[in-house]
Amino acid sequence: MKILVCLGNVPDTTTKIKFSGEGTKLDKTGVQWIINPWDELALTRAIELKESGQVPVEVISVLTVGGTDAEPTIRKALAIGADSGYRVDADPADSYQVAFQISEIARQEQFDLILCGIESSDYNGAATGSMLAEILDYPSLSAVSGIHPVNGHLEYTRDIDGGRETVTLDLPAVLIVQKGIAKEPRIPAMRGIMMARQKPLTVKEPGPSAGYTEMISFELPAPKPSCRKIDPDNVRELVNLLQNEAKVL
Amino acid sequence: MAVLVYTENWDGKFKKSTFELASYATRLAEKIPDQVVALSIGHVEEEELKKLGRYGIGKVISVEDDRFKTLDNQVYTRIIAEVAENLTASVVVLAHNNSGKALAPRLSVRMKAGLVSGTTGLPESFEPFIVIKKTFTGKALAKVVIHTAKKILTLAQNSYQVVEQVVPVEIRKFVPVSAGDVKTVVKEVFKQTGKVILTDADIVVSGGRGMKSPENWGPIEELAKILGAATACSRPVSDEGWRPHEEHTGQTGKVIAPVLYFAFGISGAIQHVAGISSSKFIVAVNTDKDAPIFEVADYGIVGDAQKVLPALIEAIKEAKSI
Ligand SMILES: Cc1cc2nc3c(=O)[nH]c(=O)nc-3n(C[C@H](O)[C@H](O)[C@H](O)COP(=O)(O)OP(=O)(O)OC[C@H]3O[C@@H](n4cnc5c(N)ncnc54)[C@H](O)[C@@H]3O)c2cc1C
Ligand SMILES: Nc1ncnc2c1ncn2[C@@H]1O[C@H](COP(=O)(O)O)[C@@H](O)[C@H]1O
Repeated sequence: MKILVCLGNVPDTTTKIKFSGEGTKLDKTGVQWIINPWDELALTRAIELKESGQVPVEVISVLTVGGTDAEPTIRKALAIGADSGYRVDADPADSYQVAFQISEIARQEQFDLILCGIESSDYNGAATGSMLAEILDYPSLSAVSGIHPVNGHLEYTRDIDGGRETVTLDLPAVLIVQKGIAKEPRIPAMRGIMMARQKPLTVKEPGPSAGYTEMISFELPAPKPSCRKIDPDNVRELVNLLQNEAKVL
Repeated sequence: MAVLVYTENWDGKFKKSTFELASYATRLAEKIPDQVVALSIGHVEEEELKKLGRYGIGKVISVEDDRFKTLDNQVYTRIIAEVAENLTASVVVLAHNNSGKALAPRLSVRMKAGLVSGTTGLPESFEPFIVIKKTFTGKALAKVVIHTAKKILTLAQNSYQVVEQVVPVEIRKFVPVSAGDVKTVVKEVFKQTGKVILTDADIVVSGGRGMKSPENWGPIEELAKILGAATACSRPVSDEGWRPHEEHTGQTGKVIAPVLYFAFGISGAIQHVAGISSSKFIVAVNTDKDAPIFEVADYGIVGDAQKVLPALIEAIKEAKSI
């Protein structure tokens, strides 16, 4: 089985977000870039599957659509344990354009299982994985919180509102994964970092595609009015405020 | 031309969120202006379908075939796209929940229609078509323009109020021709019963590491019970196995937008706040007066959750005379 994990390259979650160009784009100065948290978990799970030997995994590839500044993310994934990396040399415009670029490589390489995260923590498109599946005409499962090898094939847990299901699906397929897929993301070990230097990282020219949408401006949300403190010995006051001021009880 | 709204059902029933979505679609259609049409997939009784008429939806297309009991993303996408094409729909709206997130992007590709997921309100303009959504996990708002002629929107949870506007309902049964075969095979289903579902809840009572140990969750559950609320927790609490992973709230867990959120012993780390910042009101109880949770809370008590919880339960029982 050939697995592809799609990696978004996003600002560290604790980054203080600022915009430049009169609120039209993210100010990248001082931003620490990380692998999108769900993608890191997806990669971890793929490596666990390969190591377990319960399903035959020949290769785990990772792919990022992005400029040269996205390469450390791919190198990190190789150090964690991916076998090969791809970078499509294009600035991500929107989820459609990214999905289109991934689809070109997916067609060439014929991956059996493609893993994407449920959303990227920067623009929160929540779309790339399912778009990719539709472009490739592959089945997809969304909100996947578990991948389980059972007698040499795979079963999946998908979350539904208010519960979960155990599901099977023919490959090739795209899984859109979320929390639960792996417990903790793996961190690169020294040996992995050394080995990563020898692993192939292929840079591809982008195919012809423009996005369907465009983010034209950003704003910070209006600051909240300051918190009203209530004496711990007077919780009645809180109940009163919730009933009569907020009108929520 | 039409605005098409996909109204999902749960075991044949709609939820409040369905009616919020219906209200949103009705208002959107009025502004364009266009007719609004709902699409229901799976078996839903006529009486239930007619409820959509209370929220301004005069036309409902119902695809009832038993083959479509299971959510198969490919098949559902084809059905919605077929109906949208028949109606020459200009906009399709879905809920920003698990199934909406699974279907809307596929639909976007199939219909060559630009998607904005998780919009928080009506479009700011129609020519060009500009909508607002949250980005950077709630840290910023973005204006997004959709360049394509057809558009797909998913509506963020609890971002649009139910608006009653009663109209007569015409229900049309429809048999799609392009659905194809269902490939998703469900082997087992687990459904939460007897508990308020976190993502549906108006009130959520949540605990963090400051609750100290899983044995201390009794009062949190009791408070939730008397308020008809759901329970939630911070990530370390679910990582430790103190609470089930379904309750984990935050950037990497569930993102919720209840009317009222109680945070007991939660520090308010940025990743936690990312999942709750859309709550209408936040109440925080924390022993540390400088805990960041107080920066996002509307009401705060600096104190011991262990002591505040029983007192709060008593006070609420008294106020509600239970
Ligand atoms: C990539 C990434 C993603 C993450 N995603 C999430 C996420 O989705 N959700 C999430 O929650 N976290 C997430 N985290 C973890 C997050 O950074 C915090 O570590 C976590 O939210 C802290 O949980 P807590 O507030 O329960 O615990 P703590 O930070 O330990 O806080 C406990 C609080 O309880 C207070 N306290 C102690 N005793 C009492 C008492 N008796 N009464 C009242 N208060 C008391 C303390 O003052 C303190 O403020 C993520 C972290 C990373 C790096
Ligand atoms: N630039 C990118 N390159 C590769 N994969 C991406 C990129 N952006 C997003 N993805 C994948 O798509 C998922 C969802 O992203 P999004 O649709 O942007 O929210 C992410 O978790 C990644 O798996």
